[in-house]
Amino acid sequence: MGRYLIRRLLQMVPVVIGTTLIIYAMVWALPGDPFAGKCGDRPCPEAYVAAQTAKFNLDEPFPVQYAFYMGKLVTGDFGETFSGRSVIEEIGRAYPTTLRLAIIALLVEIVIGITAGVLSGLRRGRFLDNLVLVSTLLVISIPIFVVGFVLQFVVGIKWGLAPPTVSGNAPWAELLLPGFVLASTSLAYVARLTRTSIVENIRADYVKTAVAKGLPQSKVVGRHVLRNSLIPVVTFIGADVGALMGGAIVTEGIFNIRGIGGLTFTSIGQREGATVTGVVTVLVLVFLLANLLVDLLYARLDPRIRYD
Amino acid sequence: MTDPMARTSPMTSSSVVAPTAVHGSQVPPQPASGPAGPSSAAPLASKDKPRSLGSDAILELRRDPIFIVASILILFLVVMALFPGLFTGTDPRDGDLSLSRDGPSAAAWFGNDIQGRDVYARTIYGARASILVGILATLFVTLLGGTAGVLAGYFGKYVDSILSRLADIFFAIPLLLGAIIFLVSFPNDGGTSDIAAILKVTIALALLGWPSIARIMRASAIQVKQADYVQAARAVGAGNARIIRSHILPNGLAPVIVVATISLGLYIVAEATLSFLGIGLPPQVISWGGAISDAQNYIRQSPHMLLFPAAFLSVTVLAFIMLGEAVRSALDPKLR
Amino acid sequence: MNIIEQGVGPWLPDATAAPLLEIRDLQVEFRTRDGNAKAVNGVSYQLEYGQTLAVLGESGSGKSVSAQAIMGIVDSPPGFVTGGEVLFKGTDLLTLPEEQRRAIRGRHISMIFQDALSALNPVFTVGFQIGEMFTTHNGLSKKEAKLKAIELMDRVRIPAARLRVDDYPHQFSGGMRQRIMIAMAIALDPAVLIADEPTTALDVTVQAQIMELLTDLRGESNMGLILITHDLGVVADVADKIAVMYAGRIVEQASVHDIYADPAHPYTEGLLASIPRLDMKGQELAAIKGLPPNLMRIPAGCSFNPRCPYVQDVCRADPAPPLEVVPGNRRSACHFWEKVIDAPVA
Repeated sequence: MGRYLIRRLLQMVPVVIGTTLIIYAMVWALPGDPFAGKCGDRPCPEAYVAAQTAKFNLDEPFPVQYAFYMGKLVTGDFGETFSGRSVIEEIGRAYPTTLRLAIIALLVEIVIGITAGVLSGLRRGRFLDNLVLVSTLLVISIPIFVVGFVLQFVVGIKWGLAPPTVSGNAPWAELLLPGFVLASTSLAYVARLTRTSIVENIRADYVKTAVAKGLPQSKVVGRHVLRNSLIPVVTFIGADVGALMGGAIVTEGIFNIRGIGGLTFTSIGQREGATVTGVVTVLVLVFLLANLLVDLLYARLDPRIRYD
Repeated sequence: MTDPMARTSPMTSSSVVAPTAVHGSQVPPQPASGPAGPSSAAPLASKDKPRSLGSDAILELRRDPIFIVASILILFLVVMALFPGLFTGTDPRDGDLSLSRDGPSAAAWFGNDIQGRDVYARTIYGARASILVGILATLFVTLLGGTAGVLAGYFGKYVDSILSRLADIFFAIPLLLGAIIFLVSFPNDGGTSDIAAILKVTIALALLGWPSIARIMRASAIQVKQADYVQAARAVGAGNARIIRSHILPNGLAPVIVVATISLGLYIVAEATLSFLGIGLPPQVISWGGAISDAQNYIRQSPHMLLFPAAFLSVTVLAFIMLGEAVRSALDPKLR
Repeated sequence: MNIIEQGVGPWLPDATAAPLLEIRDLQVEFRTRDGNAKAVNGVSYQLEYGQTLAVLGESGSGKSVSAQAIMGIVDSPPGFVTGGEVLFKGTDLLTLPEEQRRAIRGRHISMIFQDALSALNPVFTVGFQIGEMFTTHNGLSKKEAKLKAIELMDRVRIPAARLRVDDYPHQFSGGMRQRIMIAMAIALDPAVLIADEPTTALDVTVQAQIMELLTDLRGESNMGLILITHDLGVVADVADKIAVMYAGRIVEQASVHDIYADPAHPYTEGLLASIPRLDMKGQELAAIKGLPPNLMRIPAGCSFNPRCPYVQDVCRADPAPPLEVVPGNRRSACHFWEKVIDAPVA
């Protein structure tokens, strides 16, 4: 397991360098005026240009620029917003809210998604299965912002069950509806993937062996099939964190949540390119970390990977 | 080093990794898609014609109600995109402020938006941008990713290392986040033409979506490369180009087609989301995402402004995903 | 007497004269979208304590399915047991409720499968999987079960069992994995062990070792062994009697000596003739012409008639030739068995 961990860490290094490089290049180093559009619709104020040029060493050749940039990243300096606050500070303020939202979304996604998938897979071809298949297909097709608006309208306004916008300190209860919206598409995918996995594993040879051994159905499915079936689902959930991040931007925007997504949402709206880049860079790094954790979990679950 | 590209082996339909899409990065495969799966298996081969996966698949598709419904829908939508004039005589840019936010009526079937424009007309005309972006993005992704995958898989060694690392890097950036960065870095100003705006969004999506197709193609290429019939072809003197053309490409085609079709739907969603955020297509390009974005603040009073474009958007995406699922079922040899 | 209450082996024949295991006129049908296939079409055979019965046949002959029907693990749907009896010590298993059948599986009748790699669960250790037999049927704790698992691994001659009990299936070689399957199967000293193509996925030297192991184990416990295979070579040393199956029916049954020395059915004859031998060097390899029939469209009359060198008109007409008794305690389902017996063996 240790060897696997080291391998994965080594593998991450070029990816971290690569992603930050690409993001940096896209934002600051492409031909043309690096400040185009970074200050909304107006050209950037002189002072800002001078400050940023000095800060990012934009006069220097690219490798030098990038080296300084990486140096700053490592020390946690992700740039500043227009109002002069450091991006990392803003993120520090905003992330607890987003974390709560993400936890709710993940719980919803995992619990409802896997349960639906398992039940659907075990009752393949029957009513429940078809119901799950159709509903998940619909959910996947409807973009998250539509789901967000519709639910906000129906549940928040028409039925009044939940507040349509979330108040400043974003308590758990108020985050339930947005969390559900955020989880919706992922839930659908998790359900389908679990279903497929179960359907495939039920037909596996080792299931025949388990039955031939005289194991009760509950153990055959609950232990043998489930363990194997959940492996791809775990991997998917990890990769899906990236999509959750994108979805959080939309969801927090709709429900007016002051989390990282909301921060990004407003920054995009105000055309604050630098802020957006800073936040997104952090998010990408977090995503890479999440993937690493998921890979480790995957190795824990599947011994074939561990002892390769 | 564990090869990240190889970890998921896309040749078995159970673990197809679909592109990093807006939300829901992977479309999990289904052995049987909707409530009515393919009706019956293909008939036993006639004595003379050998059965191939392709011909079997086409036979099965023809009988699959989901495929038929999806195809008809898509055909309908493509016609709508190409010839919006067939569906409405109203000019979508024509706004009468006195009609602002009016609900559906005999004159305007879907009502009017904030600027008094006919929502129905805007919805019809909106199909063009969305579907265009979807198709173009998928095309680019398939060409770019397919080429990269074939080269990486077939030639191996350095080519593979470089391309795989590159794919890893782009794969590590979630679709929406990456598109946001790209589009924020190349913002639209007053002078951006419609075509340029559409291309920008397309390139943003393609840049982030190619690794998925590349992985699939690469895995397929590696598998086929080792097959006996390829060795045999080489022994008879076939060159690389020929082997790639005749053996590698056709074999990788099946999973790539499935993923590409499903991605098409997801790219349409992505574009709509980006337009909704305000960094996708500019307001002068009529799109569903933009319409929804405009309508968001009035959802309480005038839901029709949002619901109609949203419905069309969802149906379009649904159609493409259904098509992809139907194709996947047809091509899945495990269902034979 | 309730079978489930009986103790474990070594098995001694009990007072009743009923054979240890007998299937009578078993019928198993597979219902698919393209039609119904009769995979097992009136199969009967018997097994006694300490006996090895080899069921020989090509893929699709119904040999595996009949064994699955005994265990009650036919894939259903699309498979359905539509007729016949499966008598274990006189009790028809097919009439028992599922709970009782489950109690018999693994404990009294167990089965091993062809591909041990896919037949073992990849995410659990072999110790755990073997131990499951004890935790499920005998209520042992995990620790006790693990000790038992080590014992069994020793018994099936896996070296360094104590060290390897926590390893995973993919860490073993093919032969070792098959031994693990055998260990699971004999864990509770069953009365009957069904081995479904146990050596097909292994290479020749390992095959011999596994067959030797099976024979030794059978000798130790006096259990009945049903060996399902398509490989005539494997059978010769090990079996007492052979039942040859074709297209869902038994076409010949005899002692192993009789089958090899003088077959009484054209199919058996063809199988024997197609074995390549060193002294045939330079000659053309003999093969049975044609292909096994599509089980959904079995030919009328004798299902072997399109491929049979002895075929006459009566063979093509219904009814199919019954499994007649042939002198010497054997049976053959051929109208012309005498001719076959008289023909010189290739």
